[in-house]
Amino acid sequence: MTIALDQGAVDQRASQPARPKRIGIPKEINPGECRVAATPKTVKKLQSLGFEVLIETGAGEQAEFSDQAYRDAGCQVIANAVELWDQADIVLKVEPPAHHHELNRHETDLVHDGQTLISFLWPAQNTDLVTQLADKQVTALAMDSVPRISRAQKMDALSSMANVAGYRAVIEAANNFGRFFTGQITAAGKVPPAKVLVIGAGVAGLAAIGAAKSLGAIVRAFDTRPVVKEQVESMGAQFLELEFEEDGSGTGGYAKTMSKEFIEAEMALFAEQAKDVDIIITTALIPGKKAPLLVTKDTVELMKPGSVVVDMAAAQGGNCEVCRPGEVYRHHGVTIIGLTDLASRMAGQSSQLYGMNLYHLLNDMGGSEGYTVNFDDEVVRGALVSHEGQVTWPAPKPEKPAPAKVEAKTEEPAEAATAEPKFSLPWKWIGVVFAALALIGIGIGAPSSFLSHFTVFILACFVGWQVIWNVSPSLHTPLMSVTNAISGIIILGGMLQISGQAWSPTVILGAIAIFIGTINIAGGFLVTQRMLKMFRK
Amino acid sequence: MSNNLVSVAYLAAIVLFILSLGGLSNQESAKRGNIYGIVGMVIALVATAFSAQVSAYGLLVLAIVPAVAIGGLVASRVEMTEMPELVAILHSFVGLAAVLVGLASYLGPDPTLVGAEETIHKLEIYIGIFIGALTFTGSVVAFGKLRAIISSKPLMLPARHLLNIGLLVGTVILGVLFMGAEGTTGFNYVLGMVALSSVLGIHLVAAIGGADMPVVISMLNSYSGWAAAAAGFMLSNDLLIVVGALVGSSGAILSFIMCKAMNRSFFSVILGGFGQGSGKGGSGKAVEGTVSETDVNGTIELLADAQSVIITPGYGMAVAQAQHAVSEITQLLTKRGVNVRFGIHPVAGRLPGHMNVLLAEANVPYDIVLEMDEINEDFPETDVVLVIGANDTVNPSAMEDPESPIAGMPVLEVWNARNVIVMKRGMSAGYAGVANPLFFKENTQMLFGDAKANTNAILGRLQESATEKPKLAAA
Repeated sequence: MTIALDQGAVDQRASQPARPKRIGIPKEINPGECRVAATPKTVKKLQSLGFEVLIETGAGEQAEFSDQAYRDAGCQVIANAVELWDQADIVLKVEPPAHHHELNRHETDLVHDGQTLISFLWPAQNTDLVTQLADKQVTALAMDSVPRISRAQKMDALSSMANVAGYRAVIEAANNFGRFFTGQITAAGKVPPAKVLVIGAGVAGLAAIGAAKSLGAIVRAFDTRPVVKEQVESMGAQFLELEFEEDGSGTGGYAKTMSKEFIEAEMALFAEQAKDVDIIITTALIPGKKAPLLVTKDTVELMKPGSVVVDMAAAQGGNCEVCRPGEVYRHHGVTIIGLTDLASRMAGQSSQLYGMNLYHLLNDMGGSEGYTVNFDDEVVRGALVSHEGQVTWPAPKPEKPAPAKVEAKTEEPAEAATAEPKFSLPWKWIGVVFAALALIGIGIGAPSSFLSHFTVFILACFVGWQVIWNVSPSLHTPLMSVTNAISGIIILGGMLQISGQAWSPTVILGAIAIFIGTINIAGGFLVTQRMLKMFRK
Repeated sequence: MSNNLVSVAYLAAIVLFILSLGGLSNQESAKRGNIYGIVGMVIALVATAFSAQVSAYGLLVLAIVPAVAIGGLVASRVEMTEMPELVAILHSFVGLAAVLVGLASYLGPDPTLVGAEETIHKLEIYIGIFIGALTFTGSVVAFGKLRAIISSKPLMLPARHLLNIGLLVGTVILGVLFMGAEGTTGFNYVLGMVALSSVLGIHLVAAIGGADMPVVISMLNSYSGWAAAAAGFMLSNDLLIVVGALVGSSGAILSFIMCKAMNRSFFSVILGGFGQGSGKGGSGKAVEGTVSETDVNGTIELLADAQSVIITPGYGMAVAQAQHAVSEITQLLTKRGVNVRFGIHPVAGRLPGHMNVLLAEANVPYDIVLEMDEINEDFPETDVVLVIGANDTVNPSAMEDPESPIAGMPVLEVWNARNVIVMKRGMSAGYAGVANPLFFKENTQMLFGDAKANTNAILGRLQESATEKPKLAAA
């Protein structure tokens, strides 16, 4: 009996990952984490993929989403985290699994065979966690490892979080800054605009530029990758350049480490800027390494009292020498903001964006019906850290697309373009010669009465050519109907023919021509009038 | 009325006709232009009626009055979606009238003409009738295709080029015989030629597919002009010559614009069958990828957050009669402060400028209806593009795939926008038979179903939310 029961249980388990039905959203356990992996809005989206969504009581509380809101969205609210983990086929989280204080168990102990876990995992830093998950036969996808390719943009949680954080960095700076961002001329005097320097123009940097700009500040930006200059300028900021040639573009949209000389020149630039600007926001990160030091203690001390430095790289060691991760404090009259939870401070917004990233990833994986872990899918492969007991991180490097192909492509049309005139040139000349011969022939053979009509005809063609090119394309239909109407003038021919002998064929044919042509005239003009009346601003 | 007075009246009519066409350069002056045209026509007809050569007023009135009534009735009843048919059938009338005038002119010869003048006169008659008959049957077939009485698929006879050449050769042979015939004895040759050119007209247009109709119609427009000009030559009437030349060059320019907008040579269109000139069997790269589908709710959500929207309609909108719902959606969105505009491809629809007229009929202000060249650079700053019943005119392979049959055709670059919603009945390829990679793009979502049902549903939802909002504000 027991054997049979076990067998049944195993079967059931085995069938679950094949077609996952239930998504579980546990409450984040880190007390400082306000985000949640699904909002009532994204829950609806998940349901549209065929999933049932379970959510732990109070999961969205810190992000201002009540249990009732989730219930209204059709979720099942579950009071107990253990039960939730147990029932869910797919668990969506924000932070990597950690020790659950209330239960006094690690979250990795709550998983079961074949379960899928999707969250930020930071596999490079958390190798133990990844092995643990693999041992437990969990399919784990790290949202931080989604490759940065254009197709995966909608699943790129790092970008969406960086976007929120960049915005929030400006808000935090403004909150700690004693003046307006925007310049004003008031009755009480002139207020100069604040000057903001953004170092690193990635997603976060660009978001910061956008936010600072829309608050009215003068924004300058610096980045080691010259390619971002255009993006920076399109946001209305000034791009600072070094007189130094080195391209810092690395792979996957990040920057690489620069040479010593470059860094020195860069530091000098920052020191010079520090005297002038009111706010410095640093966002420089190099993947897998400690954040580069960009703003030294001396540079900070050059800044005017009341200035603000926001170090968005604080969690990775900071770009600012005097930054204290997680803290806001004053150094030499300058407020140094080293907050590491900028995205979590806008939990509602970042949960929504993160939830949508998750939705897009699950959609990419086929939803509930067609759920597959496809190793050929570059996005899934990139994010997959463990599957069927194996650690699958890091993913093999994608092959670089051969640039030769693009070149070949651009050449082809050029060839075609040159080939065409070569072919048509003789035809053109033949045409000209033919026209000349025809004209000479007419000049020799045709009587003068014909020539005068011919002159009128050719001139009229030219007049028509000039006039018609000026017709607005939107009026081409009225043009056709009005030319229809006036070509009904052919009834003149009929009119000149009907006055002959009664009932002769000429008269009858002429009369029919008049009848038909007049329909044209009346119909054409009236319908044109009708159409033109419709055109209004 | 003396001959000189008639000439002066004709001159006035010519000037008025030119002004009438010139007035169409913009919407403001267009209405005045049409009035000029009407006045010019009345002057020309009255002057002719009172000239020395016309005396049969009874017959004249008998022919004109019912025709005016019929023309007026048709013009006031016709739906704007049926404009292509109306234009086609009116072209056929001009062609038929040219045939009749030519035949009548041949049967009532002018005895004053001798020698070279007589030869030229006969030649003019022959050419005039030829063009007229061709225009007549061609336009009737075009009408049938537009009305869907005849299948809009191109008719592909095995030796169709040979057939065309054979018909032309036959026409020339009959012409030589006709020129040699004395008096009116060549009438049978003329009738034979009418038969041949009628078949030619039918065959030429039958071989052309539905979406090439803009070219065909403008081509027939041009022919009807040349037919009128030929009639002018045979009657030695400068007014007819000028009008014919104006209409003829107008049609020629329109054909040219349409061909350019499809990146096809005029001859490849006339000789029929798509893809014949551009590489045998080369239907371009196969497109692979996944299509993401959306529904009305998804569309509403996108529209709700959009700041700028561009709508690119195609023939599908006309077929589904969705223009009124589209117009109301435009009004609602505009009221919310969304920048809504239309992008019109030159060959959208079945008639040059067809979409503009449909949108004008549905009360869309013409200043938000822009041409392709005006709007293409705005797509990158656009939040949502609604593609309604258009396919080939928004196909990125025209620019991206040099092997595609439509490579090089200028298209609306909708894929540069942030979101694209394609309303379409199914995944079938467009008229050109080319797969459309737009449907597989990351930022594209497909909204399948009847365009009218879908636009009405969107409109309904937008209206609901428009009435809901004030309530919420009050609460």
